[in-house]
Amino acid sequence: MHELSVCRSLIAQVEAVAIQHGARAVRSIRICVGPLSGIDPDLLQRTYPLARAGTVADTAGLIIEHLPIRVRCERCGFESEAAPNRLICTRCGDWHTRLLSGDEMLLASVELETDDGLPASPDQARIF
Amino acid sequence: MCDTCGCNITPGNGHLVASGGKLSRTEDGKAAVTVLRGLLDENDLQAHHNREHFDRHGVLAVNLMSSPGSGKTALLEATIDALRHEFKLAVIEGDLETENDAQRVRAKGVPAIQITTGSACHLDAHMVHDALHLLPLTGIDIVFIENVGNLVCPASFDLGHHRNVTLLSVTEGDDKPAKYPVMFRAADLMLLTKTDLLAVLDDFDPQRAEAALRQLASEAPAIRLSVRSHEGLDAWTAWLRRELSAQRQRVAQHASARPAGQPDGHRLHHRMAASARPGYVFLPAKP
Repeated sequence: MHELSVCRSLIAQVEAVAIQHGARAVRSIRICVGPLSGIDPDLLQRTYPLARAGTVADTAGLIIEHLPIRVRCERCGFESEAAPNRLICTRCGDWHTRLLSGDEMLLASVELETDDGLPASPDQARIF
Repeated sequence: MCDTCGCNITPGNGHLVASGGKLSRTEDGKAAVTVLRGLLDENDLQAHHNREHFDRHGVLAVNLMSSPGSGKTALLEATIDALRHEFKLAVIEGDLETENDAQRVRAKGVPAIQITTGSACHLDAHMVHDALHLLPLTGIDIVFIENVGNLVCPASFDLGHHRNVTLLSVTEGDDKPAKYPVMFRAADLMLLTKTDLLAVLDDFDPQRAEAALRQLASEAPAIRLSVRSHEGLDAWTAWLRRELSAQRQRVAQHASARPAGQPDGHRLHHRMAASARPGYVFLPAKP
């Protein structure tokens, strides 16, 4: 039940991004959530309208990308999808695995409305 | 989740937000400002500050998490009795209401700050920061943070501590790690508490509880402990001594440690910070 805390933190970050880019409004917000993040996407979606009300994002949609749990076995190197409470290697059964994805709780991107259009242009493109 | 770049981007999901990835543009093909920050970035920045505060004073900070009634405060009382002549301890207590737990700790002669969260189901880094303003750390060796009794939310909030200890009392069921994987993945140590009751319980198998922990790919040790029979108290205090010693070595080397939970994000943080990646990335609009 900490989804409201998470939502408020999300909106605070989105507001900072909007101010930095001189945005009139936020059109959409994309986040990535993995099953091991500890937050429930459905609860987050239901809490979100409360958090966005009266902010620069008050008409912005929230798009939640569900990411799968993937692990890599440190013993045999096999990569596979896994269930939240069964993170062992599906090939050799060893429990020494490393989580590749599935614990994300990430603000991925924000679509902004600005007076002079979006800040993106090929010249400014940077790939991390 | 990391302190500065929100690096939950891992080798397993990086392709989604890289240029051309499906999260790099919006439904209608327009570009979006890519942010790549953890949703709890604000909390994590505060946690980073708290950890610097602990490290500056050479203090080991241990976060105790469990469901309500599994014996966190009783463990603290027994720990104080065992270590009072060896180390200076302090406690930050988290509860929705009352000062009861802080009073129990103070009755043992140890300073305790009570945080009452009202209705909040977890402690966060800001609450702990406020408590630290009331708790002089000079001369303190170990600060215990007794989180709100809850097997769900506290696992998601970094408080700026160094180690997570998750308690599982034998009256709760040995499948708890399977039911609450986020919480038990976050454990640096699992304590099976109230083991004196095993004699009258036929449905809790400590080995099954440990096996369920291993299913989460956790290497955390599991200690069976009873503050009544004193089983496991030596192993618990030995773990604390080792952790305090490790913390002092880290402090001497200007290093720090984060609790279990998100090692991949942490690892990636260093890689990305080293490349001085900007906080915001503009991606080309797709036609």
